[in-house]
Amino acid sequence: MVRASWLPKLVVAPSFALALLFIYGLIAWNGYLSLSASRLLPNYEFAGFDQYVNLFESERFRVALSNMAVFGTLFVGGAMAIGLLLAILLDQKIRAEGVLRTIYLYPMALSFIVTGTAWKWILNPGLGVEHLVRQWGFEGFTFDWLIDPDKAIYCIAIAGVWQSAGFVMALFLAGLRGIDDSIVKAAQVDGASLPRIYWRILIPSLRPVFFSTLMVVSHLAIKSFDLVMALTAGGPGFATDLPATFMYAMAFSRGQIGLGAASATVMLALVAAIVVPYLYSELRVKK
Amino acid sequence: MSRAVVHRALLWAALLLFAAWFLTPLYVMLTTSLKDMQQVREGNLLSLPSDPTLASWAKAWSSACTGIDCGGLKPFFMNSLLMVVPAVAVSTAIGAINGYVLSKWRFRGSETMFAMLLFGVFMPMQVVLLPMSQVLGWLGIASSIWGLIVVHVIAGIPSTTLFFRNYYVGLPDELVKAAMLDGAGFWRIFTRIVLPLSTPILVVTLIWQFTNIWNDFLYGVVFSGADSKPITVGLNNLANTSSSVKEYNVDMAAAMIAALPTLFVYIVAGKYFVRGLTAGAVKG
Repeated sequence: MVRASWLPKLVVAPSFALALLFIYGLIAWNGYLSLSASRLLPNYEFAGFDQYVNLFESERFRVALSNMAVFGTLFVGGAMAIGLLLAILLDQKIRAEGVLRTIYLYPMALSFIVTGTAWKWILNPGLGVEHLVRQWGFEGFTFDWLIDPDKAIYCIAIAGVWQSAGFVMALFLAGLRGIDDSIVKAAQVDGASLPRIYWRILIPSLRPVFFSTLMVVSHLAIKSFDLVMALTAGGPGFATDLPATFMYAMAFSRGQIGLGAASATVMLALVAAIVVPYLYSELRVKK
Repeated sequence: MSRAVVHRALLWAALLLFAAWFLTPLYVMLTTSLKDMQQVREGNLLSLPSDPTLASWAKAWSSACTGIDCGGLKPFFMNSLLMVVPAVAVSTAIGAINGYVLSKWRFRGSETMFAMLLFGVFMPMQVVLLPMSQVLGWLGIASSIWGLIVVHVIAGIPSTTLFFRNYYVGLPDELVKAAMLDGAGFWRIFTRIVLPLSTPILVVTLIWQFTNIWNDFLYGVVFSGADSKPITVGLNNLANTSSSVKEYNVDMAAAMIAALPTLFVYIVAGKYFVRGLTAGAVKG
């Protein structure tokens, strides 16, 4: 490595300072807002943990947290399962692999707003899937999950899995391709069947990829915002609120800045709990 | 029939079924956008338009209502273009220089700084929304395209730096050392040796930033004003504007318009997009 002089430091200083200030300075500022009495306007009068007490007593936030648990489980579980399955299927020396991979992955190039708008049309109870199945001859078929407060969250999970499964596939496929061929050949010589090779050798050696994928997908689940806004806007009522939409509603339309800041801090804590151990282990292994 | 043939058939059936599942929404969007409302009501999600028309596309582009405004998506599309070009260019340039320093000119504390920067790739942006809107207000660029550009540039620095740094780590240090012996300095080495070797990562980063910034909704909805809203906000407003008759065909045409730029880039340079996706997940 080249000994550094003053020039490189000077060159990166402005953008580093800006980015670190953006990240940690604003986190601290937001943290302070969450301890203040701010409502419609920022008000820097210290109010202790009042906002957090209000937050966890708020029914809407509790709904948002339990929705996040439901959505997170379905979204992460669904995307991981389908992604792994797709990766294994595509790993069978498929001639059209490139085309299929392109098809499985294109939703990742779309905005969640586009995905949400499309799925809103597909799942709408009037002319969408319900209409289609009725035209097929099942007259009594109803599918109104999108406007059912208890089921709408499942619609968001369906659209989320559709969008992200290909991404998980890409990560697992890269992992599978990185495994040394000779292990598989040796197992084949020993007469092991293909499912057994996957189950006993290949999937276990995907463990690091599995954890990094799990980390990325779970943090996406916590940050989910666009998809909900486009598909249900948190409705009916606030039945499909997630922490991110709760934060947006409080901070920018309900005039509850302190409460919004507190919910943002809760989101930060959740993401940090997942990401910091991961980053720590990734950066440590490398040295 | 041998077992191998049966297995192969099952494998292909599964692969094609998944392909259908992924393609159906796009098919539905496209066919719906080519129908008029009568065809939408008479047909169903999967039926082809009996009399294809581009009227919904024209309406979505120039006369559909987004809230109280009825000028279609055109102004939003233009805002997104004006925002995305400078934001992508500047954040990528900064990332290249940062990555160069972090890989070839390490100094005490540079690794720690990089680690601290990495958290910015993952953090929930909700924590910066409230303070940032105040900062933009002080700078006098709240509710403007300039404000959005600034936010996208700063928020993009962690990932662009990460991309370039990880790529440059793979370039042999001997290249830099040899150039130094020849008397080349910091900038000369960068422009003459490192940059010409950077094409792949440059493409990856440009595509990654373009896709992310074009598709962003959160900053767009929070930091934009009446005439600086990006396309995603326009689409969301259009699709959620309540009118007496819900025009799903116009919604779908609008969704297609918002999707086309990133979809086009994906089809032309998908390989690089996928590299960005995997590079963003597996660090170090």
